[in-house]
Formats: sequence, structure tokens, C-alpha cells
Amino acid sequence: MSRTTSTAIPRSAVATMAATRRSVLRGIGLSGLAVGGASLLAACGGDDGPATGSGATVKFGINEAKGSGPAYDRLAAMAEAYTAETDTEVALNAVDHNTFQESINTYLQGTPDDVFTWFAGFRMAQFAEAGLISDLSDQWPIDGLNDSFKEASTAPDGKQYFVPASYYPWAVFYKKSVFEKNGWTAPETSDDLFALMDDMQGKKITPFAFGDKDGWPAMGTFDILNMRLNGFDFHMSLMAGDEAWDGDEVKLVFQTWKDLLPYHQADPLGRTWQEAATSMGNGESGMYLLGTFVVDAISDVADDLDFFTFPALDSSIGADALDAPIDGFCVASAGKNQDAAKAMVKWLGSAAAADAANAGADAPFISANSNASTSPYTDLQKKSAEVVGAAANIAQFMDRDTNADFANTVMIPSIQAFLKDPDDIDGITASIQEQAASILG
Amino acid sequence: MAHVEEAPQQGASAPPQGKEKKLPARDRFTVITMVTVPLALVVLLVWVPALLSVVLSFGRWNGFGDLDTIEWVGLQNYEDIVTIYPAFWPAIQHNLIWLGFLVVFPTLLGMLLAVVLDREMKGSRVYQTAFYMPVVLSLALIGFIWQLFYSRDQGLINQVFGSEVDWYGDPDVNLWAVLVATAWRHTGYVMLIYLAGLKGVDASLREAAAVDGANEVKTFFHVIFPVMRPINLVVVVIVVIESLRAFDLVWVINKGRNGLEVIGALVAQNVVGEATRYGFGSALAVVMMLISSVFITLYLRTVFREERS
Repeated sequence: MSRTTSTAIPRSAVATMAATRRSVLRGIGLSGLAVGGASLLAACGGDDGPATGSGATVKFGINEAKGSGPAYDRLAAMAEAYTAETDTEVALNAVDHNTFQESINTYLQGTPDDVFTWFAGFRMAQFAEAGLISDLSDQWPIDGLNDSFKEASTAPDGKQYFVPASYYPWAVFYKKSVFEKNGWTAPETSDDLFALMDDMQGKKITPFAFGDKDGWPAMGTFDILNMRLNGFDFHMSLMAGDEAWDGDEVKLVFQTWKDLLPYHQADPLGRTWQEAATSMGNGESGMYLLGTFVVDAISDVADDLDFFTFPALDSSIGADALDAPIDGFCVASAGKNQDAAKAMVKWLGSAAAADAANAGADAPFISANSNASTSPYTDLQKKSAEVVGAAANIAQFMDRDTNADFANTVMIPSIQAFLKDPDDIDGITASIQEQAASILG
Repeated sequence: MAHVEEAPQQGASAPPQGKEKKLPARDRFTVITMVTVPLALVVLLVWVPALLSVVLSFGRWNGFGDLDTIEWVGLQNYEDIVTIYPAFWPAIQHNLIWLGFLVVFPTLLGMLLAVVLDREMKGSRVYQTAFYMPVVLSLALIGFIWQLFYSRDQGLINQVFGSEVDWYGDPDVNLWAVLVATAWRHTGYVMLIYLAGLKGVDASLREAAAVDGANEVKTFFHVIFPVMRPINLVVVVIVVIESLRAFDLVWVINKGRNGLEVIGALVAQNVVGEATRYGFGSALAVVMMLISSVFITLYLRTVFREERS
């Protein structure tokens, strides 16, 4: 979800700007009345079609507006291929990415589409708990989707509510030409990393590009440091709200981050991730920890890009966990056509669906289905698939792994406060803990 | 004739009798419609939501499920806001700075521009349009324009002056950077209001002042400015409202975080985006409403006192 939440001019801005303070207040009142349900998203009416199979219609809500690029093209291609294969008509309801995300609550509680695009992680589980999405455990296992994807589709009640389609890893990106010229290699241990960073600084190259104007990119740094220093299990249980934010473990993460900050670009809070990516693209910075979407900002040097996973910082913990957010589909419980929706969602997880999507767009995604053809992939994507396949544990990124209220209103400002004043670790962790206790109960 | 003369006499001397007080049915219908329809709209669209916000502010609700899933927590939200919500006090402070800044700089500048442009100089229309242009531009566009100026690595200001100021990211400077952008927009607005006001000033007043030997400056401060009192009041009200609802520009820039906290943005952060802390957000909105009502009360008192005198 992170990617589109942030460009120099956020797409949301256009939509949000229409909301003056007063309409915001009014919005609060309206949601209080629970009449907010009739939102943009529920634009499609609620007529009853035939039940299922040939001649049936499935409503498909997608979080990419028409013409927004390859992401839309892939989803549209999937819908088309499904119609071609099963004769079931698919009614697309294409909504701008941010609008979709921000209205998801009213959408699901109003008149949602039968199948809709969503993410694995805490928020999927939250919807499952609230009964807003349908149990899909009767559709699993799905041929080609391995156990780690099945686990990522499973809510705390042990049932599956999600079908994964694609994913992208977070890793440390660099330019091959720059590394070759300086004789650098991808670091494998903490010592390697520090030696590399010192060498870069000696050559007047900022080791890490860094931008956090939008608030979410630095969450990726927190995630990886926490997974490297405290392990995947601790990370997930911290995200679930079962560990203290002011404990020694979290303080260690911030302490390590503080030691790494001098190797990062200064003043990250005014820099967008695109600007940070540009600084790596033009060689001012040596490396950049980001998702594979970093390519979007520096596509002119895309062929020169390579990446490695963040090296181990504690040898007893290793480096076999990473953030790799998974995108996929859910079935809305309030959808009219449950059977047809379940049949479609199962197909969407298949290799055929992935191949149709990648054939229908300029830029392919990395399919979650291991039987999908890898021939359209770029080299970066082939390597991403290998790296993620080899990882023992996969996290979804902080804002998907924890309560959205907490991630957005507490963690973003707190991490920014830390980047502003890295010395006040005790104060910041104490403040996070206080607010976590209040929000997470 | 006699009958016509009698009627007002009667009205003046004795209270009108019930029979005469009644309007014809059609007029009555008109009056009732004109009063009740707007009243119903105001109640439905303003007062009911506002009261519901107040009610919601005593609960904790994430928007999932029916209204019976709201967990009532009393004053907990308000307590959290003033004790453990780090963004709140800076936000109050920033709103006050915003108010002070808008009252002083754009207002004075706008007034000055209006006086200069009112002199029918050559190209006055062009200047008017140029200064008013920012008011018409959409905020998304304004955010983008200023991003081009303020970007730390690629922005115009740092490129031209070779500086490395982090205009949007450094919490000590970004508020001022945004205030400049706001002033850029607000000045044109104030200018237009004063231009309209100046056009309405009776020309004979100026002539009289000129005949009495007052110079331009004296004429403005002693004759024109006092005459424009109603306009001044309007401008003050607009400035106060604008600074309390400061929201859009900071939202475009960084969603009201890191030095740009303002109450309006905090409300939005908690309820509009992905976060759905309806109770907490409502409590913030109520705080905002209370602050606004202080200013509204002051304004109404002034207006009513004026009407009485």
C-alpha cells in the first residue's frame, strides 16, 4: 500500500483537497449516523444477477483507476481472461488507489463488490474478525501457492480469507556499475556492511539514500532492523501488540538505527522517496533500502540496478526474514454473489491468472503462484522471486502488519520524531508505549 | 386617503390587533417555507453532525460493525489528547502562530496593494489578476508549485542560493515556509476585499479631505480607513476562520506532521485516512469547535453591540 501513498503530489491530495475542514467534521457526523455507506466505491448498484456459472456476473472492485498504468492493465487483463475462460461476466469497478484504501470501511459495510483487491496482513485479519470478508478455506489449497502464502492468507482463527496474487520484496538496492567501479561487493555480515559504508564515505558517496517526508518509508528500516536484531517472531508479536514498545528490544533497534544514521542522507524528513531514489540513481548515494518499486523513480537506470537483502546484524538470528508485502484478493461478505465470487477468487490465485495479467501489461508483477511463467520477468524480478522463495519468514511491512490506527497516528510521527532527535530514544519509546496502550487497549 | 393615513397612526399608537397581524395565507406560507427549509438544512447538516461528533468523542470506535460496538470511555479521549498525544500542544501553538502571522503580514500587504491598485494606474487590471491568481489555483497545484521552490535537493531556492536548507523537513523552518506560501495566497484575497471596499468609499469624502489640505497618507488613515470599518471586520473574521481551518496546504505537504501539526490536520489524520479512530478524532474536532466558538462569540458580540449603538 505504501507505494502510491506518496508521490511529490500525492494522488490523494486531489481527492482530499475537496474536503474542507467543515466537510471533514460533517463526515465524522455522518459516519456516526452510519449513512456514509453510500460511498464512491459502492457506485455499482445492487441488482441480482443469475447465481453462478455461465451467464452470471461477478462484481470486481479494484484499487487502481482506469489508465493508472500497468497495475490497472494487469487487473483488467485478469478480469477479461476470466470471462473468456468461464463465460462469467466480470463487472469492473475501478477506483483510485488511495480513495479505495481510505474508504474501505464504509465500502465493506455498504454494498461492496463481490471480489475486491486487498493486502495480506493485520488488516485482512481485522476484516475477517469483524465478519466483513468471507471464509475462503474451502477454496484452499490452491495449486501453485505454497505454505508460506497459505499462512499469509490465514486469519488468527485458522481459516483463510485471502488469495495472494503478487508480492514485492524490500531490499537494499544499488547500481551495479558503481559497485564494480569501486570493487565493492554485497555485504554479508554486519562487519562487511560497516566496512563498505566507511569506504563509501571515504569516497564522498553517502552510503544510504534516505527520505521520509511521507512518513512510511522509514517503517521499512525499522522493520528490517527489528527483524535482524530481535528476530521475526518478536517482530510479529510486537506488531500484534503483544510486546512492550518501551522494552530493551525496541530501544536496541532505535539505538542501532541511531548508529547507522550518520551513514544515511541528512535531513530525511523533507525528502520524498523519489528524490532519495534519484540520489542513488545519479551516484550521490551508494545504496537504498526500499521496495522494488524504487525502479519506478529511476527507470532510466533500471538495467543497472541490483539488490541484496539486508545483512545479518546478530549472527544468532541471521538474515532470513524480510518485508515482502503481498497483494491479492478477498471476497466481501456483503457481496451478493458468494459462490461465483469464491470460484473467481480461486481462479485469480492460479498460474493462468498471473500469466494473463503479465501478458496484458507493459510491466509484469511477481506472481505468488510458483507455476506462473517467469519469462516476462525482468532480471530484478527473477532475483526477487528467488530471494523471497529462499526467505524463511516474510513480513508484510509495518503498516500492513499492525493496527492501522496505531501505524498511522502513532508510529509515523514517532519515527519522524526519532529522526529529528535521535538522542531521545527513551522519551520516544515511552510515548509510543503510552499511546499503544491507549489504542490497542 | 384618510384610510391610508389612519393605518400607520393606529400601528404607532396601539399594538396591532390579532386580526391585522395575520398575513395573507400565501405570504404566510412563503415565510414559513423560507424559515423552515433553511432551518431544517442547518439543523440537519450542521447541528446534528456537530452534536453527534460531541457524542462520538466520548467513545472508542473503529468504524467496524454497528453503533452498538462503540465502547464508551467517558473523558478518556480528551485526557489522552492533552496528556499523551504528542502532536496536540504543538498543533495549538501552530494554529496561534498561523493566526498571528495572517493578521499581520498578508492583511497589511493586501491592504497596501489594494490602495496602490485602486489609483487606476496603468496595467492595474493585470496586477490585480496576477495577485489574485493564487486564490483561484487548486491547493494540490499550489503544493506542487511550492514543492518546486522548497525541495531540499532539487528546489529552486536552494539551487539559486547554493543553500542546503531543508525547507519542508526541518520542523524549525517548515511552518514559516508554509506560512509564506499561505500568505502568497491569502494576500490576493484580502486585496480583493479591500479593493471592493475602496470602490465603495464616497468620492466626495476624498475631495473634502483634499480641500481641507490633507495629504494622501492622512486622508487614508483618518478618513478612508475609518469609513471602511465594516470591511475591516469582514477581513478579521476571514483571517480568523482561515487560520483555524488551516489544513489543506499542510495536508498536501506532509499530512500535518513533523512541525506542521495543526488541529484540522490532526482531525483528518485520525479519521479520514487509513486510521479510523472516530472517537479520538471527534474529540479533537470538538476541541477545535470550542476554540472556534470563542472567536465566534467575540465577533457576534462586537457586531451586536455595533447594531445597538
